[in-house]
Amino acid sequence: MFSISLTRGDWSLHRKGAIDQARHMQKVKEAIKQNLADIVSEQSIITSDGKKLVRVPIRTLEEYRFRFDPNSYPQVGQGEGGSKVGDVIGRVGPGQGPGQGKQAGDQPGIDYYEAELTVEELGQLIFEDLELPNLEEKRLRELESEAVRFTDIRKHGPFANLDKKRTIRENIKRNAKRGNPRFGGLKNEDLRFKTWERDVKRESNAVVIAMMDVSGSMGTFEKYISRAFYYWMVRFLRTRYDHVEIRFIAHHTEAKEVTEEEFFTRGESGGTRASSAYQLALQMIEERFDPESWNIYPFHFSDGDNWPSDNELCRRLAEQLIERSNQFGYGEIRQGRYAYQSTLMHTLERINSPKLVTVTISDKTDVYPALRRFFGPEAREVARA
Amino acid sequence: MPEMTPAQLAQLEARIAEVWEVGTRLGLRPFPTHFEIVPATVMYEIGSYGMPGRFSHWTHGKAYQVQKTLYDYGLSKIYELVINANPCHAFLLDTNTVLQNTLVAAHVMGHSDFFANNAYFARTSRRMLDTVSLNAERIERYEFEHGEAEVERLLDAVLSIQEHVDLYASEEEDEPADTPPARQPKPYDDLWRYDRSTERRSPEPPPRRSRRRPAEPVRDLLAFIRDHSPILDDWERDVVSIVRTEMHYFIPQIQTKVLNEGWASYWHARIMRELDLSTDEHVEFARLHAAILQPSPRRLNPYYLGYQILLDIERRYGEQHLFEVREVENDISLIRNYLTQELVDELDLYLYERQGDELVIVDKDWEAVRERLIGELGGNQTPVILVEDGDYEGNLELYLRHSWDGRKLDLDWAEKTMEHIYRLWGRRVWLETKTDDGSRLILSYHPREGHKQHR
Repeated sequence: MFSISLTRGDWSLHRKGAIDQARHMQKVKEAIKQNLADIVSEQSIITSDGKKLVRVPIRTLEEYRFRFDPNSYPQVGQGEGGSKVGDVIGRVGPGQGPGQGKQAGDQPGIDYYEAELTVEELGQLIFEDLELPNLEEKRLRELESEAVRFTDIRKHGPFANLDKKRTIRENIKRNAKRGNPRFGGLKNEDLRFKTWERDVKRESNAVVIAMMDVSGSMGTFEKYISRAFYYWMVRFLRTRYDHVEIRFIAHHTEAKEVTEEEFFTRGESGGTRASSAYQLALQMIEERFDPESWNIYPFHFSDGDNWPSDNELCRRLAEQLIERSNQFGYGEIRQGRYAYQSTLMHTLERINSPKLVTVTISDKTDVYPALRRFFGPEAREVARA
Repeated sequence: MPEMTPAQLAQLEARIAEVWEVGTRLGLRPFPTHFEIVPATVMYEIGSYGMPGRFSHWTHGKAYQVQKTLYDYGLSKIYELVINANPCHAFLLDTNTVLQNTLVAAHVMGHSDFFANNAYFARTSRRMLDTVSLNAERIERYEFEHGEAEVERLLDAVLSIQEHVDLYASEEEDEPADTPPARQPKPYDDLWRYDRSTERRSPEPPPRRSRRRPAEPVRDLLAFIRDHSPILDDWERDVVSIVRTEMHYFIPQIQTKVLNEGWASYWHARIMRELDLSTDEHVEFARLHAAILQPSPRRLNPYYLGYQILLDIERRYGEQHLFEVREVENDISLIRNYLTQELVDELDLYLYERQGDELVIVDKDWEAVRERLIGELGGNQTPVILVEDGDYEGNLELYLRHSWDGRKLDLDWAEKTMEHIYRLWGRRVWLETKTDDGSRLILSYHPREGHKQHR
């Protein structure tokens, strides 16, 4: 019988930990997706510069079990001599409320029940199955994006494309066949060249016209919701499409084309005539975005509190817009005013077109469903029907 | 970090032989021990699964990620990993120096001796390495047959109550018979002989319903669910059984964490001092030893506490007594029997709690410290949950009672755990506990009606 032995085996194919780790990461992502409605309207993200790390609490990944209330009993610790009652031995972050799991004395610095993501990673999860609905190939000015990809190896080609690694390998291989595995005595038959393919992607032109009500009746909540929606919409379009143009229109009784920065930061006041925005959008289309060659997507967010005398004009202009567009999206933010009758929503709903998509938002968590309604698979079903 | 060269490997082998010789001479009686040199990733994998070859589950992946992150950031390093088996298996890190691995081997010898001689390990299976591999294979087959998602949901539920086995029963023991005892012969029994038909009638099997009502409250929640759940399929019962078997194996390690680590630390220190080390190696050893036995302000370092208690025992009762302690004690009895006021003062132990955002020392009384220590060690950190009735209200509902010891449950977590138990029992689940003021509180859960509190 041996008493001790020592060996070193080959563990290179051992990957169980990595596999279960991947499953854990997948669960983290699932958990985030389940919480997207809350995360999407998170103020700290909308107001960030987009580079920020977002911390997402993941309660579903807590390993629940019967345990004693961690906050109601003192813990045992150990000093280096001379400690006294009343000494402060450390601090905990203010965010760690009771029930949030982390006990004082856990591993320092890393809280495993909160995932850290960049806004970009979060965007990928949000945008996963979103797309511009009803996108058509248009006649003119199709933009081509061209890429060169090296995909193959040949024995002949320009020397600029010589694949040195493969050439050396071929040379050694040939030498080895004659019992001398080394590099040297290069011959033409050793040479290998990379060849390429042109990769042309055709993409149709598309323009999104983002219209926002900035009148006095739009309170903090209403403005915040519109901006949250547009924030993610703009990010989505920029991430997914190389050639989408986005135009911004702010309106109260008058409409004005503004820059992206102004759109997201400026506040105005006064009454509301939504027709002014539609008028400007139509004019924009007339002058720059011929529907023959452009896919057009107007969106409008408002509290619906439009001048009643303007509603009829709105409807007529909206009909014209819809005629020229692939989809017209209207979002109305009505916090607790469900019974209010003379809103813009009621006016627009009289238009009977599958290309008109409307949503009503009354809560922060409605922003994500709104995105999905305009861009998600559900929207495409409707568009096709 | 470079891995060990063949020359270093040979050097290490010679050193380990020396360690064994010294340890044996000083009285250690370990199992034969096999050392395996592995890369860091394998080390962290084995560390996060508890043993090589255990079944797949995302919680293991989560533990692995934690370990790996800490390692990648240089925050921690597993030096030693040793499996209670005969022969004993130990893993050494590929990137350690010869001296580091020599120290680890000496430490491992202490553990191996402890596994072989401590009373609480007497009934553990020494073939667990094979068992966990077979278990993992069965679970893999269930994944194939019933879908990974289904097995994962089941494991999520079973693992949430994995600590609720009977700490003091061995895995092989069957549940205590809750069927009525066999009928004792009575003086006038012969009178009934006339009735032949009675005699021929075989005794009726106890109805299944009564088996769900234990005569005594049952502590082994896993076994009770395995045997009496109204809804589990055979394969699901097998998964419950697997988790229970593996937990039973780990229980003695939970019960003796402080003593076991203290014992191993005591021996690595003694053995290393006997070896013929160069000056540089002495310095490296002293540095490592100090790092391992570093006290920590917020949590107990079991290595340090156990080591200090053992040194104190050696001072007071002599070396021979140490061997007796390693044979008969567990953490709780060790603390009860050997933690003194002088030691609490010398080790500067205290109780602290959170006040606002600060962690503040609130008590230094040695008896208060001792009582809290006992509450945190040896399995006492898990609340005792008893099965009172598996046929509650005649409706096969499961009635559990938290055995009250003055510490209140985390009710939020308890409710989430009850949802897991519902997955295993399939009927309404009840839990009786107490509130702060000591009055009775009963929780119930059923997915149709959600969580309810009854007072």
